[in-house]
Amino acid sequence: MSRYRWWSTPAALFLLGCGGPFPQSTLHPHSDFARATDVLFTGIFWWAAAVFVVVEALLLVALVRFRHREGRPAPKPTHGHTLMEIAWTLAPAAILVFVAVPTVRTIFATAGEAPADALKVDVIGHQWWWEFRYQELGLVTANELHVPLGRAVQLSITSADVIHSFWIPPLGGKRDAIPGHVTRIAFRPDRVGEYTGQCAEFCGASHANMRLRVVVDSDSAFGRWATVQLAGPAAPASGTAAERGKAVFARSACIGCHTIRGVSPGVIGPNLTHVGSRTTIASGLFPNDSAHLARWIADAPSLKPGSLMTRMQPPLTDADIAALVAYLQSLQ
Amino acid sequence: MKSWLTTTDHKRIGLLYFFTAFAFFLIGGIEALVIRAQLAQPNGHLVTAETYNQLFTMHGTTMVFLALMPLSASFFNYIVPLQIGARDVAFPRLNAFSYWVFLLGGLFLNASWLVGPLFHAGTLNVAPDGGWFGYANLTERQFSPGPNIDFWLLGLQILGISSLAAGFNFIVTILNLRAPGMRMMRVPAFTWMTLVTQFLVITAFPVITVGLAFLMFDRFFGTHFYVHEAGATPILWQHLFWLFGHPEVYILILPAMGIVSDVLPTFARKPLFGYTVVVYSGVLIGFMGWGVWSHHMFSVGLGPIADSVFSATTMLIAVPTGVKIFNWIATLWGGDIRGTTALHFAVGFIAMFIIGGLSGVTHASPPADLQQTDTYYVVAHIHYVLFGGTIMGLFAGIYYWWPKMTGRLLSETLGKWHFWLQFIGMNLAFFPMHFIGLLGMPRRVYTYPPELGVADLNLLSTIGAFLIALSISVFLVNLLRTRTHGQRAGNDPWGGATLEWSIASPPPVYNFSVIPTVANRLPRWKTEHHEPMRDPPTTPPAPIHVPGGSWWPMLAALGLPILALAPLTRTLWLAFVGAAVLLAGIYLWAFEPFEA
Repeated sequence: MSRYRWWSTPAALFLLGCGGPFPQSTLHPHSDFARATDVLFTGIFWWAAAVFVVVEALLLVALVRFRHREGRPAPKPTHGHTLMEIAWTLAPAAILVFVAVPTVRTIFATAGEAPADALKVDVIGHQWWWEFRYQELGLVTANELHVPLGRAVQLSITSADVIHSFWIPPLGGKRDAIPGHVTRIAFRPDRVGEYTGQCAEFCGASHANMRLRVVVDSDSAFGRWATVQLAGPAAPASGTAAERGKAVFARSACIGCHTIRGVSPGVIGPNLTHVGSRTTIASGLFPNDSAHLARWIADAPSLKPGSLMTRMQPPLTDADIAALVAYLQSLQ
Repeated sequence: MKSWLTTTDHKRIGLLYFFTAFAFFLIGGIEALVIRAQLAQPNGHLVTAETYNQLFTMHGTTMVFLALMPLSASFFNYIVPLQIGARDVAFPRLNAFSYWVFLLGGLFLNASWLVGPLFHAGTLNVAPDGGWFGYANLTERQFSPGPNIDFWLLGLQILGISSLAAGFNFIVTILNLRAPGMRMMRVPAFTWMTLVTQFLVITAFPVITVGLAFLMFDRFFGTHFYVHEAGATPILWQHLFWLFGHPEVYILILPAMGIVSDVLPTFARKPLFGYTVVVYSGVLIGFMGWGVWSHHMFSVGLGPIADSVFSATTMLIAVPTGVKIFNWIATLWGGDIRGTTALHFAVGFIAMFIIGGLSGVTHASPPADLQQTDTYYVVAHIHYVLFGGTIMGLFAGIYYWWPKMTGRLLSETLGKWHFWLQFIGMNLAFFPMHFIGLLGMPRRVYTYPPELGVADLNLLSTIGAFLIALSISVFLVNLLRTRTHGQRAGNDPWGGATLEWSIASPPPVYNFSVIPTVANRLPRWKTEHHEPMRDPPTTPPAPIHVPGGSWWPMLAALGLPILALAPLTRTLWLAFVGAAVLLAGIYLWAFEPFEA
């Protein structure tokens, strides 16, 4: 089987001409779930295309053939035709059977129940970031979900505030994150790689900035990642900028919202115990580098409208920010 | 001036509806252009995130409630009484009340663009920002503390009163004021679709009224209808909203279907094929529209059984819709088709509505919909239905009935320019959105990263949007030019079959000098069964009494926005003033001498 069935829809064919790659494409599925919906969509697409061609052709033929011409006799005043009415009632109904049957089969096949050995992850949507809790491993992270290749994953999705929608198109369709409800999706990724997604339900000022990444690791890479995440936070060496940064962190408002295991217990913002190991910050908005971290700490709302991480009062000094950046980057 | 303010003439009210709704249509269109300008390239920063969220919310709200519904209403007002051979609607002053409430509600909503300083908001604009379907619990005070959502919910409550009043008015009008001999199965298709639409209005609007009242109580009085911490659920809002919202889709599309069903026969010189089936399928769509609301909620995870059921009902509704399309094509088939601008738009409606209908079938399949819902694919779908469908249909109606409404024909040359620019523009604007969505761009995002790979498609879409704007400018030129240069229409420029063409253009205030007696479905045409009717005489054989105007509907209407200002500004005495104005208006109205 080819890596992705680019020929599967003319849409994909069309897009070949537009370049790519398309990291958030629904037309390039990389899990069983995404593949099932893609196959279903492709089937419906061809039915729709056939109906489109037939009906628009009839319309065009009627327009051309019966356009006004001088001397054309007055049209016969036909009022209807019972047999034809029955025919064009039954024809679409029959086509819909070919759409409905695979639809219902796919609904039940993708209802979110994963095998018992699936990796279970709780997903919690927040304004405007994602929290991931691996119950079985006992670890908590944010915005970058790591899953192993070839093992089923079951996500239990909910929200801490307003309604969000969890969506990584190449791995499968979205499910809403609703406060007080738990929704599920299950999928088995079939290729190692990094996939992007984002919140799909309008959730306030920075809805557009609520992005996420899913990293499908090989089994061994996933094991290594989990080991790192399970370890306690790195302790900065004495006399380094990172050590000063830890002190700044501990005496600033940071601790009110962020957890660093053994340092602070905050639960409002993302867990930072291993923030240095993530590739992005601010829910997938910026690369995790010194420059962006510094700007983010200094003034998050200017980078992400509405961000609950307000500017600190009194503002941190540049030296404090530099120390904090060093500390956060040391938390590998 | 006074005569326009106090008018109860359905024709004048129809024109007021038209110009007001068209002004809101332009405002909603400008909002769309700003949105498209922002999205023309990745990381756009023409407007802030907050302003963008207000723009798309107000674009949707304006187009649905302030442009498309009242543009349809302008035809209900102007054309329905003429089509059924009536002197006016059943309750002319209630009709005036509906219009004034609509105007004031629309102004109330749009005032939110300018009054930020009064609320110490730090910005000029405090327009609604929760999306046109305003999902709870984002709209709760906790997450939306400003006046933005208050404007939205109070504005919609006001507009709902206008729609409900008009709904009852037109149902009574169509059922009771038909000319002698006009049995239900002789009623023109447009009037039939109006009737179905009004039944949907009076049944669907109470649902959103309840939903909005709950939200109002939550926001102002601390109740918890949508707060899960108190044991409720925000999903309740979604059920209430879409239980209203899906019939609302048919409220928007059925009038346009009615217009097309009248325009095609006139220009094909052939009766509507399968009139009975077209009427019954419209009624059926009206009923079935109530059983499909959860297809807006497949991503909520209602469970496989509910998803399957709503999927099936949604697919079924495609059948009566398809039947209508086949009947329209059969109407053209074998005809003698004159390619007027009105016909162009009517055919454009069919051609574009098919695309919207077919993408609708892909949403009807829940697993496929999980990849499509809340993306630009849905934005493409809704615009093929409401722009390719409703707007095309409404323009068909405008070109068709404008000569009746003003006495002058719109220019056909400019009309064709308008049509082709709009046709190309809309396909450029909306077709790429299918791909943009399938490639993973969600709707309602004020910005997107270049890595998504959708920059070119978005630019194309923006170009299309500006082409649409150009086409609308051509239409405006046409409208202005027609005032002075338009060809005189006479009674019947098209050879129409229905009663509105039997009288002068514009019609005299009493419409029909003699109420016609109707003997068949196509009274003004010769068919194998009958000869055309004799048009009523130009001058009435006996004087016709026409009731004068009234100030009181407008006064009563004025009470409603004052009432709404009370919670908005948290000023109790305004509530008493508003109630007093409303009651005074109703009292004076009720006891107004009949012969004013």
